[in-house]
Amino acid sequence: MRRTHVSTRLNGDNVDFLCEPRQSLLEVLRDNLGLTGSKEGCNNGNCGACSVILNGRVVNSCCVLAVETEGAEVTTIEGIAEGDRLHPLQQVFLEEAALQCGICTPGFIVASKALLDKEPHPDEARVRHWLANNLCRCTGYDKIVRAVLKASDQMEAKV
Amino acid sequence: MTTVERPDYKIIGTSPIRPDGAEKVTGAARYAADFKPAGLLYGAILRSPHAHARVIKIDTSEAAKMPGVMAVATHTDLPAAADKVEAIGESAVNLKELSSNILAHDKVLYHGHAVAAVAARSHFEAEAAARAIKVEYELLPPVLDVRDAMREDAPLLDENRHTKVMGGQTSDKPSNIASHNRFEDGDVEKALAESDHVVDREYRTRMVHQGYIEPHSSTAMWNSDDTIQIYTSTQGAFGVRSLTSQVLAVPLSSIRVTPLEIGGGFGGKTVIYLDPVAAVLSRKTGKPVKISMNRTDVFEATGPTSGSYIHIKLGIKDGKIHAVDATMAYEAGAFPGSPVGAGAMTMLSPYDVPNFRLNAYDVVVNKPKVAAYRAPGAPAAAFAIEQAIDEACKALKLDVLNFRDSNSSREGVKMVNGVAHPRIGAEETVQAALASDHWKSPIEGPNRGRGVASGFWFNAGMQSSVIAGVNPDGTVNLIEGSTDIGGTRASLAMQLAETLQIPFEDVRPVVADTDSIPHNDVTGGSRVTFATGLATYEAGMNIRKQMAERAAKLWNCSEDDVDYIDGELHCKKDSTKTLTFKEMAAQQARTGGPITGSASLVARGAGGAFATHIVDVEVDPETGKVEILRYTAVQDVGTAIHRAYVEGQIQGGVVQGIGWALNEEYFYDEEGHLRNSSFLDYRMPTTLDVPYIETIVVEVPNPGHPYGVRGVGEVPIVPPLAAIANAIEDATGHRFTELPISPRRVVEELNQLS
Amino acid sequence: MDAFEYVAPRTLDEAYAAMSNGKTTALLAGGTDVIVQLRENRRHADQVLDVKHIPELMALKITADGGLSIGAAVPCAVIYENAEIAAKFPAVIDSASLIGGIQIQGRASLGGNVCNASPAADSIPSLIAQDTRLVIGSKSGTRELPIEEFFAGPGKNNLQPGELLIQLKIPAPKPRSGAFFNRFIPRNEMDIAVVNAGARIQLADDGETIADAKVAIGAVAPTPLVVPAAAQALIGKPANEETFAAAGEASAAAATPIADMRGSVAQRKHLAKVLTVRALRGALERAKENS
Repeated sequence: MRRTHVSTRLNGDNVDFLCEPRQSLLEVLRDNLGLTGSKEGCNNGNCGACSVILNGRVVNSCCVLAVETEGAEVTTIEGIAEGDRLHPLQQVFLEEAALQCGICTPGFIVASKALLDKEPHPDEARVRHWLANNLCRCTGYDKIVRAVLKASDQMEAKV
Repeated sequence: MTTVERPDYKIIGTSPIRPDGAEKVTGAARYAADFKPAGLLYGAILRSPHAHARVIKIDTSEAAKMPGVMAVATHTDLPAAADKVEAIGESAVNLKELSSNILAHDKVLYHGHAVAAVAARSHFEAEAAARAIKVEYELLPPVLDVRDAMREDAPLLDENRHTKVMGGQTSDKPSNIASHNRFEDGDVEKALAESDHVVDREYRTRMVHQGYIEPHSSTAMWNSDDTIQIYTSTQGAFGVRSLTSQVLAVPLSSIRVTPLEIGGGFGGKTVIYLDPVAAVLSRKTGKPVKISMNRTDVFEATGPTSGSYIHIKLGIKDGKIHAVDATMAYEAGAFPGSPVGAGAMTMLSPYDVPNFRLNAYDVVVNKPKVAAYRAPGAPAAAFAIEQAIDEACKALKLDVLNFRDSNSSREGVKMVNGVAHPRIGAEETVQAALASDHWKSPIEGPNRGRGVASGFWFNAGMQSSVIAGVNPDGTVNLIEGSTDIGGTRASLAMQLAETLQIPFEDVRPVVADTDSIPHNDVTGGSRVTFATGLATYEAGMNIRKQMAERAAKLWNCSEDDVDYIDGELHCKKDSTKTLTFKEMAAQQARTGGPITGSASLVARGAGGAFATHIVDVEVDPETGKVEILRYTAVQDVGTAIHRAYVEGQIQGGVVQGIGWALNEEYFYDEEGHLRNSSFLDYRMPTTLDVPYIETIVVEVPNPGHPYGVRGVGEVPIVPPLAAIANAIEDATGHRFTELPISPRRVVEELNQLS
Repeated sequence: MDAFEYVAPRTLDEAYAAMSNGKTTALLAGGTDVIVQLRENRRHADQVLDVKHIPELMALKITADGGLSIGAAVPCAVIYENAEIAAKFPAVIDSASLIGGIQIQGRASLGGNVCNASPAADSIPSLIAQDTRLVIGSKSGTRELPIEEFFAGPGKNNLQPGELLIQLKIPAPKPRSGAFFNRFIPRNEMDIAVVNAGARIQLADDGETIADAKVAIGAVAPTPLVVPAAAQALIGKPANEETFAAAGEASAAAATPIADMRGSVAQRKHLAKVLTVRALRGALERAKENS
């Protein structure tokens, strides 16, 4: 199978890769680039475990062809922490026990970051609405929603 | 709420950050599908498009010639497995049937049943080749519903299956009823006849799935020395080792299973599907082979829990439950093994019932073989009995919570299996519910209602082993074999830190592979924090004893004269002689070498868990949609070890129960095709479907554990189905006895549409 | 999933050229339907044409005559984040903000939703009610047609070989008019409509009588359905619950749904009524605001 060359910005770095046109961004991240933090839960856009930020918008990377990211800016869960310091969302997810098995956690953190980047002070209803495309089966969402709200408060306090 | 004087714990009851947390919020944690050894091949499985058919011929010749294809496998690559039953945690499995489930032999028994497998250089090539395998089927009529399957003229899944009845006898005629058990005490007929009020109703639930977000994935390497390494997503690495060795007829010790991080299981990852197939493909190719399911595979071909039919006659006399006569039939799926027995044994446990007769039927149908799902069997049973109680209370104008209080089970009351409850917290949960803000707040407004229900789950003990090694810097490596599905590294490390009276952060828990730690049973039955916790406690006490012995030598005193207080060794006779844990750790090399505590045990004294839930709903009569307005879960947790994760277990169980109550179901067409095998059409709750879940943690310590631990993970899914049904009845005046209470069912009922 | 080539034309002409090279073509805008269909072998393509680099398909503007022109590949989120569109075309926002969740809306386009031609598509009844016209292009030029003439069956549209959807054109709202879209799903998000309904009404000068109306419903027939009988029940009548109920009955009567895992026949016919009435209530409110 002929492969296509793609140049993209991934987690702040210029990255070049070869891929088949039929490969999804999720697959290329995981299989070709070794970034396995984005998870496959359904592979058809219904669980959010593969959420990445593409040109400023959170998308399901299973529903993006990797070839589409030519010249694009992509942020994955591996690019959320600021150097060796956890992002406030990551820290608060830990403090608030907002994860159990952890498989949905990268998707929730990426999606939540996209929300707080856009709307720093969402209320509970907004957080629930924004995260409705991210399924979690362990937590009942309670501690996840609280964690996002707490991170929002903390980030505000710092500004 | 604590009901007895609580010991002055330093660490137990707090909520520290879990040791495996950072890697799980940064994407670094390695789950089964993330594992990619050099030279990896990808496997794919061809599945049956039919619910019931004889397999006449499998032609793999075309597929084998496809680009990139390295090997093809069918059931002929699996040795004939023994016709014997192997226990796996909360359930058991017949090895011959397990083998036929992994790759179908002469028949396919459900839509999605695995038929053949391929290994290729890419997953695209593997999938294309699997599609190119030609299978000739002779179609047979499917039977999909438990009651249809019980009829004498029903199509038989297995012509050689006869009903097993108590006492080791079997039926003369072949049947889809795999077993019939009965639990009985008192005189039910007489008790029902003399009751003031009798509720006589039938209840039905549909097959539902655990819905873990991580699909199954397994990578196997069959090495040239005939050892096999398996990297997989499982709740029990030792179970994978044992079952795989028996399915493949290879020595147990030739297999090493490494449990990678597990993305949810809820009981569904206690059995095996992919591991032997990946191993066989690896043997044929000499390369590692990974097989990952997609979401459709997970729904079609892993182990959901049973659909059920329950008929209850409940007699009330003088405000007390006087008699229960129940017929319970659970779908096992393609092979026997539904949790109907557990359903029967848990159903009446919250109450003191003098007269009962429970007939329990395990029935095969043309659907996937069920696996454990959070308190297996109990939610459907509670859906029935807790609604019957609600109906009786309303007919007799009795308060539903006061009734549960005055009928509550307690220490010494016998369960239906004849075993008396030890110290339990059944009454305490009901009383805490009565005292709750939720119960005391009014529920007002049109189409709104409130419901309550209680529930019970046994909790398991079983085998656990841990090894705790003291490092020279005073930290401790805690090596365990219980896979961590949602925070047990933390809850075990906390118990060791409490035992040793050292900081939580000084304990480094590691989940080891099957070559690196003695046997551990499955992570299931709410057992790990209890049973592996018990082993951890013993290992800790073992370290304390060794340290005391060494201090005694250093101080030239008797070991009896050494106290271990707040993580320090003290000489009773000379107060100047003390050694901190760190100081003693630093002296290991000079005082006899490494200090290692270990414990292997069968945990006895598991304490039953009880819960009482309150829920408020609002029903839209025009659309049939039910909104959960408020939810409070009261539960006796024994002792909360990691408080936040205890709450999280309760909240997660409740929300799974909400999904089960309102929307989740396996939807089959008449030919037996599963029509909703996606997260789009199998409707699990989203963030927008639930409110915050309030928890009230009651602590009645389990006398069978040094820290009073009870399992907390399973019982929270038991009450929600009935609590919600009772709330909907309160809101609408209509009693829904069939799950899910979906908008379709509600709108049709309220508007008399069908 | 079979292999395919990926082509990203920069102009309409490049796209038309690629579409006439004899290969089976799938058009890719947001990809949230087509990528999944290809992956699950529900669809085959030799080449996938990414149309997001063609300026005409990414243009979004309110035209001089007050109408709305939506490039076929513009993501839903771009549409609903536009304050002017939100103010002037709220029923477009009703649909754009209901298609999928946040992750889907960042990619999925109304054009894609229309071309995918699902009977349950959440944009179509709304667009029908608003008299949307589709601009379709090919090597031989462009043509326009009313959106309700675009659908041929479940998953089937009337695009001819070599044609692609360029633009959706929604006329300027008339004075005293309002449109509204709603749907019913069992969950509160992430679901396919069991039934959906869009409605537009225009009030007469008296502010009471309905001068013009259009109702469309979805997931109750092989294609999204215009309900002329509902419009007839509305036009010339006072805008009140009684009138709306009659229109609702007309929708229920027009519905010929199937039973499947998403709903029953009786439920869908009932919901056609309920959702039509709710859409009309919403449309009336907006018509009053627009007076």
